[in-house]
Amino acid sequence: MTWTLVLVLAAGAYAFKVTGLVILGGRTLPPVVDRCLALIPAAVITALVMKDTFSTGRDLVLDARAIGIAVAVVAAWRRVPLIAVIVLGAAATALVRLIS
Amino acid sequence: MSRDEHPVWWRDESLRPMMVACLTLSAAVGVFGVSFGVASVSAGSSVLQTCAISLLVFTGASQFSAVSVIGSGGSFGSALGGALLLAARNGVYGLAMSRRIEGSLGLRMLAAQMTIDETTAMSVAQPDPRAQRIAFWFTGVALYCLWNLGTLIGALAGNALDPTTYGLDVAFPAGFVAMLWPLLTDARARLAALLGGLVCVVTIPVTPVGVPILLSALAVLVGVRRPAEVAS
Repeated sequence: MTWTLVLVLAAGAYAFKVTGLVILGGRTLPPVVDRCLALIPAAVITALVMKDTFSTGRDLVLDARAIGIAVAVVAAWRRVPLIAVIVLGAAATALVRLIS
Repeated sequence: MSRDEHPVWWRDESLRPMMVACLTLSAAVGVFGVSFGVASVSAGSSVLQTCAISLLVFTGASQFSAVSVIGSGGSFGSALGGALLLAARNGVYGLAMSRRIEGSLGLRMLAAQMTIDETTAMSVAQPDPRAQRIAFWFTGVALYCLWNLGTLIGALAGNALDPTTYGLDVAFPAGFVAMLWPLLTDARARLAALLGGLVCVVTIPVTPVGVPILLSALAVLVGVRRPAEVAS
């Protein structure tokens, strides 16, 4: 992490917020743009799960993290609170590392 | 509508349930802030950088994304790009909130920093414009304080731990799973998630670190078709 990234990201994130709330104001987007923007979190967050679970650098790997994520998925499916999903996933991974 | 019809907001009984809901949500987000703090220092950021990210960026998914991509060795550009893709929706929330937030330019510039998932959701859930405005500011201030307090606590705690011993490296993907789950109630979102995940896995071995996250955004093209045309 570099300070340049922290500051550029802060400026970029604020730019989106200010564009919507202050600059564009009450205008509406074309429905197709609205629909596509609404799907960004689902697509990108799933990609982040895949990267953080099944890769190290540019290598695809299957290790203890996969068990941790399987536990986290079950926890999320059972509507466990967010923080418990994280704790259960981390604990399962640590346990697998301990016994293997 | 005159404002004298109502008592001052903190004495208004009709606003109590909303305030309790806002505080509960903010407390939960504060705990999530702890996990961001832990995850961020585990991925190599300093305590000061971690706190600066929460204070200045203030939008959870983007923060997690940037720190995660940098932590796996991704470039500046791919970390920034992925995080900004996730920040774009705050612009859409801003469009929705602009009708509800009135006041001077300075006040609206301040409101912009607080325009995120939680404040927008709490505000639009209220029945009238006054309650919507109060819910936005109340949630925004409570959330900002607790998110940053949580981040500081997590960063200090995470600094004292070895990430892999406690499985803390899984804090990122497990947190992402928890964020993802409520989005998947929609059939199109499920399709976008499936395609995004697939694009990422397929491109990991053949592109620089972090780039698969950017490519996964291509899955939003699922949204080009009208809802009626998508079989659910």
